[in-house]
Formats: sequence, structure tokens, C-alpha cells
Amino acid sequence: MRRTLVASLACGLAGLLLAGCGLGDVVEPDAPVPGTTLPANFPAPVYAPDANPPTAAAFGLGRSLFYDVRLSRDGSVSCGSCHQQFVAFANADHRLSHGVANRLGTRNAPALQNLRWKSEFFWDGGPKNLETLPLAPLTNPLEMDETLPRVLARLNADADYPRRFAAVYGAGPIDSYQFLRALAQYTAALTSANSRYDKVVRGEAGAVLTAGEGRGRVLVAQKCASCHATDLFTDETYRNNGLSATFEADSGRAHITRRTTDVGRFKVPSLRNVALTAPYMHDGRFATLAQVLAHYDHGVVASPTLDPALRPAGIPLTATEEADIIAFLHTLTDDSFIHDVRLAAQP
Amino acid sequence: MKRFSISALFCTLTLATLALAGCKKDEVVAAPPTVSLEFEQTVGADLLVLDTKTYTTLAGDQFRISIFRQYISNIVFTKTDGSTYAVPDSYYLLDAAKPDSRHLTLTGVPAGDYKGITFTIGVDSVHNVSGVQKGALDPNNNMFWTWNSGYIFTKLEGYSAQSTTSALTFHIGGFKAPNNTIRTVSPAFPSGMTLLVRADHSPEIHLNVDLLKLFSGPSTIRFATLSDVQSPGSNAVKVANNYAAGMYSVEHIHAN
Repeated sequence: MRRTLVASLACGLAGLLLAGCGLGDVVEPDAPVPGTTLPANFPAPVYAPDANPPTAAAFGLGRSLFYDVRLSRDGSVSCGSCHQQFVAFANADHRLSHGVANRLGTRNAPALQNLRWKSEFFWDGGPKNLETLPLAPLTNPLEMDETLPRVLARLNADADYPRRFAAVYGAGPIDSYQFLRALAQYTAALTSANSRYDKVVRGEAGAVLTAGEGRGRVLVAQKCASCHATDLFTDETYRNNGLSATFEADSGRAHITRRTTDVGRFKVPSLRNVALTAPYMHDGRFATLAQVLAHYDHGVVASPTLDPALRPAGIPLTATEEADIIAFLHTLTDDSFIHDVRLAAQP
Repeated sequence: MKRFSISALFCTLTLATLALAGCKKDEVVAAPPTVSLEFEQTVGADLLVLDTKTYTTLAGDQFRISIFRQYISNIVFTKTDGSTYAVPDSYYLLDAAKPDSRHLTLTGVPAGDYKGITFTIGVDSVHNVSGVQKGALDPNNNMFWTWNSGYIFTKLEGYSAQSTTSALTFHIGGFKAPNNTIRTVSPAFPSGMTLLVRADHSPEIHLNVDLLKLFSGPSTIRFATLSDVQSPGSNAVKVANNYAAGMYSVEHIHAN
């Protein structure tokens, strides 16, 4: 009798323990969350998957939030408005980002890709963690012009979100921790590593570069890789690439550090998907890759903080070299990334 | 005699029951000691009253205060033998508008004799870049900068006729050199005073927080020339240097 009691108690406890474990981690464990597998040719990530272990339910929640216009004050723009999948989550045809009420931002919306590998974000490196980054566009008056308390109130009053958050994070009102962690599940998943270049590098069957693309690859390694380094094609540093002598319109990194030595320095963008992400530079001044290369060939403007790699006179390139480099840059286009339906807004 | 045996038996049973209960719960004999910190915010000799009361800086500027919030974190107690105890996860937002926020009860401080307390005014650099956090560090507390991310360590807003805009906005933060405003202070205990932490013995430290010290000290702040600080920079450093130099003092310690 006594033994039975103990046994049934033990059973009950085990049951409780199992139920307790089930809440966070066992939501559709096998459902494929994009970006969970880290590419073999990439360095170690900054925001490792175990920092916010991907689950299908949390990822889906983050995706809903990313495409939800109710994150903006007047319900007119979502994260996805300025970060469009078909151009690698940059903003097609816009020199500068557009916010609520058609307000014009001050910089070109960057592509969102491989964010797991960044410790600082934006052209100036102001935001310093993938999870807190969305607070900047959310509250910027020229972007979403909203407040965190108002967004949380709206999500909590929604017909659907409270149930979906509770399924992932347990019962209770949706709070900033849950909101930002869910959004980070989506943004961390935006991994682009399946371009033809990647397949060649990884020795995947059937992947080759043409002769011109191959020459371009060598030229990029010789002339561009001091900034566009590693297979991420950026070293994540801040550089003055000679767009201005004074940078009165935008001091770049100096806006954050207040150091005169940082005036005119901007985050080196990745070259991945660069054929898709026109216009180029922090202010979107160049419409084509040819214009970008022309700048490095003969457009670089001297100033005290001009990057040493561009002294004394930019990067001289012949017309053939420019053509080869552009051919190579097109091999960095990742079609599977821009067509991955799991990353698209869901009906 | 018989009676006695029964009550002895009863007593034994009671003790056994208590012992069993003890196995299930953690606390058996006495409540663990706590140390309480009571922060009293003042402006010079006056108690802080939001919105309505007008104060005068040492330099003669008149002002009122509508918001005052300040983080303290990383509390460390030092024993008389020099060893230390760091209170884990100690992040607190002291808010003038919320009296409860200025009374902290710390559990888990080991029994012993302590001679000092040290804490950070602000939030350490790691927690400024660690992603979204909960509790006092929830970004929903309106103490987080988004465009140059990191916590606002001290927020004072108010009014002054001497300010060119009539507003006072002092948002002090920044954790990177050369504009690092993280400051660690060790306000001295009253001379000869020791903090005794024992089982069933929960002392309380009363600290005075003098807001006038934001505007005087190493730098004299005059509102005509400085009334708006909303980003990391040299002005934030000036104010942080001021408040690190004597804003907090231990007024007295209640032994129990």
C-alpha cells in the first residue's frame, strides 16, 4: 500500500516535471527555423543560437511582429516596409528610409542579413545588441515614431498575440522582454549563405565561377578585402571612404563617439547581395555598382580621417577590372534567401 | 506520571513533525538575516518634493524637479576582516515618485561584521550591451537610450527660470571612454559604526541622496549655460563627476 503511494507520488512528480519542461523548449522541435544551422564558411557568431534558442513558434511570432504595421504610431509602416525581402531586406528604390506620415529619414536603410555576426548595428554602430536594436526604429520620430508602452498595450489588447506569446513564454501579459526576444528570433534567422560564391567555396557539386567572375574574385581579395573581409565581406569596422571633405550632413561614427577622429567614418557594409541593394552608401548617393567603383577609382575626397587604404588616391581600376569585379559581386546574390517563403509575411 | 508521558509523547511527535516539515521547506529555525537600505532623497537640507517645491543651487540658481530617477547596482559589503560579499544581480532603479523603490531589502548577506558598503551609480558596461533584460533594467522603464544604446543612469527633469528654455533635462549616461559616466562610490559608515548581520538580526542602513550635488562639486553647473544633457559626452561626465563626489552619504545605521 505504502509502496503504491510512493510510486504514484513519484509518477505524479515526474509528470509535473515533464509538463514544466514542455513549456519553453518542446514547441515543434523539428520544425525548420531558417538560419539555425551556422554556415561552415562563416566565423563564430556574436549572437549565438543558444542565446535565444530558435523555436518555430517564437520565430513565427517574431515574423508576425516584423511585418506588423501596428508597431508604428499611425499603423502605416512595419519593419518590413523599409526592409524588403526581395532586395535582401534593404529598401528598394529609396535613397533614404521613409517613416510614418511619409517622413524622410536621414540614412539609407541597410540590408538585414547575417545579423548574428554583428556586435554593433547601423551605419554608426549606435545599437549594440540585436535584441534592443528594434527600439531605435520603433521610437525614432522619422521612422515608426512609437513608444514601447503603447506597442505592448496594443499587442496585449490584440485578439491573437496574447495566446501566441503565452504558448511560447507562459501565461501573463506580453512584456518588453518577450516582445524583443521574439523579434530577435526572426532577425537572427536572416542568414544569407547560399549564393553561388558560397557553393563554390564550400565545394558543392556543380557550383563554378566563370573566368571573369574568377578574375573578379581575385581582384576583390586584392583590392577590397582590407575592409570587406572574411566570407561575411565586412570586417565590421568604421571607415571614411572619401565621400566628403567635411561630413557636415552626417558625421557618422563620430555621432556616437564624439571623437573628431571618427568624423566621416561609417560601418563597412557587407558585399553580400550587393547587386540587389542599390542605392549605395549611408546616404544612398550612388544608384549603380559602376558608380560605386568609379568613386573608388577617381572620386575619393581627401580629409583628415580618410581611410589609409584609400590614400593617396583611392583604388585605381581599369575598365576590365571593374567589369570583372561587378561580375564577381553578382555571384554573391543569394536567391534562396530572397525567395525563402519562411521569411516572408504570412497570409 | 502517565500524563507526563503523554505530553512527552505529544512533544516528541510535534518535534518529529516539525523536523519533517523542515525537510520540505528550507527555513527551519530562524528567518535568515536581511539588510535593508533606505535611501532618503534630499535637496540640500530639504526633503525632495516633486513639482511644487523650489530649490536653490549652491551657485544661486532656482529650480523645481519633476522627475528624478537613478540606478544603483553591484552592491558590495566589506567585512571588518577585509573580505567582501557582492550581492548578486543587484540592479535597482530609485525613483523619487515611487517611495517603495527607495527601500531595498537584501537577503542572503552572510552573517558577520561589516565595515563598509560600495555600489555603482549607474549600470555596468556589460549590462549596457547584454540584450533585453527584466526588472529594474527593463527598457520599458524609460531609462534606455535607443539610438546610442545604453542605460540612462540618472534622469533629472524640471524647471528653472535661469534655463534658456526654462526646462531642465539632465539625462546622464554613457559607458564608453572618454565619456564613461559609470561611477562607483563607497559612502563611509559613521565613525566607529559596524554593521552586524546575524540570524534574527536585520540591520538597516539609512543613506542620504543629496540632489544638490549634481550641480556642485568638481564642476559648478549654471543652468544659464547648461540645462540640457541628453546624450553621452563631456557634459554628462561633468555631472557624473559631481555626483560621485559626495551625493551619497550614510546617515545612520539601525542595529536591528
